[in-house]
Amino acid sequence: MPVISYREAIRHALAEELERDSNVVVMGEEVAQFNGAYKVTEGLLARFGPQRIVDTPISEAGFIGVGIGASMLGIRPVMELMFWSFYSVAFDQILNNAANVRYMSGGQIHCPIVIRGPANGGTNVGATHSHTPENVLANHPGVKVVVPSTPADAKGLLKSAIRDNDPVFFLENTMLYGEKGEVPAGEHVVPLGLADVKRAGTDLTIITYGRSVLHSLAAAAVLEREQKISAEVLDLRTIRPLDFDSVLKSVAKTHRVLIVEEQKPFASVGSQLAYMIQREAFDELDGPIHRLATVDAPAIYSPPVEVEQLPNPRRVLQAALETLA
Amino acid sequence: MSKKPTFKEATPPAATDHAQAPVNARLSPEERIELFRKMVRIRRFEERSLRAYQAKKIGGFLHLYIGQEAVAVGCCSLMGPNDHVITAYRDHGHAIAVGMDTKPLMAELFGKATGCSKGKGGSMHYFDPSRNFWGGHGIVGGQIPLGAGLAYGLKYKGLKGAAMAFMGDGAVNQGAVHEAYNLASLWNLPVVFVIENNGYSMGTSQSRSSAGELAQRAAGYDMQWGQCSGHDVYEVRAMMDKFLTLARETGKPSTVEIDTYRYRGHSVADPDNTYRSKQEIEEYRRTRDPIQLFQVKLLAEGVLTPALAEQIDTEARAEADGAADFSEASPFPTPADIQADVYWEADNPADRRSQGRLFFT
Repeated sequence: MPVISYREAIRHALAEELERDSNVVVMGEEVAQFNGAYKVTEGLLARFGPQRIVDTPISEAGFIGVGIGASMLGIRPVMELMFWSFYSVAFDQILNNAANVRYMSGGQIHCPIVIRGPANGGTNVGATHSHTPENVLANHPGVKVVVPSTPADAKGLLKSAIRDNDPVFFLENTMLYGEKGEVPAGEHVVPLGLADVKRAGTDLTIITYGRSVLHSLAAAAVLEREQKISAEVLDLRTIRPLDFDSVLKSVAKTHRVLIVEEQKPFASVGSQLAYMIQREAFDELDGPIHRLATVDAPAIYSPPVEVEQLPNPRRVLQAALETLA
Repeated sequence: MSKKPTFKEATPPAATDHAQAPVNARLSPEERIELFRKMVRIRRFEERSLRAYQAKKIGGFLHLYIGQEAVAVGCCSLMGPNDHVITAYRDHGHAIAVGMDTKPLMAELFGKATGCSKGKGGSMHYFDPSRNFWGGHGIVGGQIPLGAGLAYGLKYKGLKGAAMAFMGDGAVNQGAVHEAYNLASLWNLPVVFVIENNGYSMGTSQSRSSAGELAQRAAGYDMQWGQCSGHDVYEVRAMMDKFLTLARETGKPSTVEIDTYRYRGHSVADPDNTYRSKQEIEEYRRTRDPIQLFQVKLLAEGVLTPALAEQIDTEARAEADGAADFSEASPFPTPADIQADVYWEADNPADRRSQGRLFFT
């Protein structure tokens, strides 16, 4: 199986869907002539031309609104946000218009738009560029939220997202763009709403998603090697719809839960998970659910300290030991 | 007393007989009467909905279109098969103008399952994609990028058509409107941005809210623009025909500012006694009422008779009453309906491809 980067995997998904469906359009800042701010869309302009790969001005509310309007007429725009952090200037378009138009029209309209781009900290760009809004987005019924952790998932989930008839928000990670992994060539589709056991275990379930999956796997390896503790790492992959059956299955196996998320703790994805687990699997739990989140402050700039603000293998390891204590 | 600076007239007012514009000259008597009928139907619908609101049959906001009828009717009467409309929350007139049935429109106000949005949208959120009507949007200016997007869709599909993106004068200061202007002009999108200038953004007059001329701002985006009176449906049609043709034939966007007036408050919750005088409203009613003006014209043309005008009015009142009766008799949606129409996939389970929970408790 070919080994490619997360960045290439996303590009392959885009190219294959552009090839498959003439209504797919890639649009965003620097996606065409510049080849992508993070080179995700590199080469697509040369291959598909300016009608399919469209550079926009720095005008997120405007161009995302245009994408939503076009999607109501059957175009399937894949909009790149250079950073998901910029969603704040297009909030009304994304979460009033895209999220609500189906409902407010009594189901007459649907909005098959994908908005994708990186949403992460860890790159020393300060608080304005380090937002992780998956909880904010998923709070809006009508939308779907995807956070892939591996190249194979990124490709398979993006293909599903582009074919989906609801608005899908696809949150990537600049720290993962260079990560490599095996990715099936050609048609490889991962359905939205299906979690994946990235590592099987029996003593502890670590529920996580996005880059925190990698940190959790690193910590799980140390736990196994040094503590003889068998941790299961469950990658949610999609936040909404949520594969809660896989969560329940894992909890029933290990009876101990640690949630790891690159999220501020207040009203996070983890908060929702913890509520649901105690509500639906209370008797399976041998102890309180623990959570490791981003340290609750705006993203600090200072490079070595930012590492400690975010989940990292050392913090995950410590949280796992606390969960089992 | 004057609500806003008088237009520097692009065309001399009295000298131009807009009835002679080709787009109007070719109207048959029946088509002229239909324009009149639509305006009357909108007015009677709005008046009936106001009474229903006062009788507490309608919740939330109710933004009435009374006084502005010639704008929506004039613009929408020019729609071809590939022309599209999107507007803000004062949307009842546009919905009737594009041909929506008043029964589901009234039922939507009553919050009934038979409403055009099944009671899920309310007054501000009417939609009918089968008539190229894309809402009905609640956030000031938020619909304007969507209007540019409809034009983008037309262009992408290679269809010859235009989108009309309506907004009030209060929307012109919103950033989303300017972003849409720029994109439309930059990309040659066939959209006509229509500013329905009724002089007040809620309770703030134009002179207290907007610097400079409104339509002229389009020039900064290298767009053509025009201004006209919205009290004369012929004038609205003549002006809009020019810019719709420009959009359809060349793909170029434009901005048209249509001078109009609302007799009622911003919404019916607006006491309407803090920012304008009763005399101002009366002056408009007496001298520039679009229905009265058009009735006089059609009588003079010999197209309309007093008896027919009376009949049209009687029918419009009966239609509005019938819509209210229909709404009254209709069922409310049930709590079980709350979670339908949220996700396409949830509503089409046979075609669902995703897994997992879509809804949470």
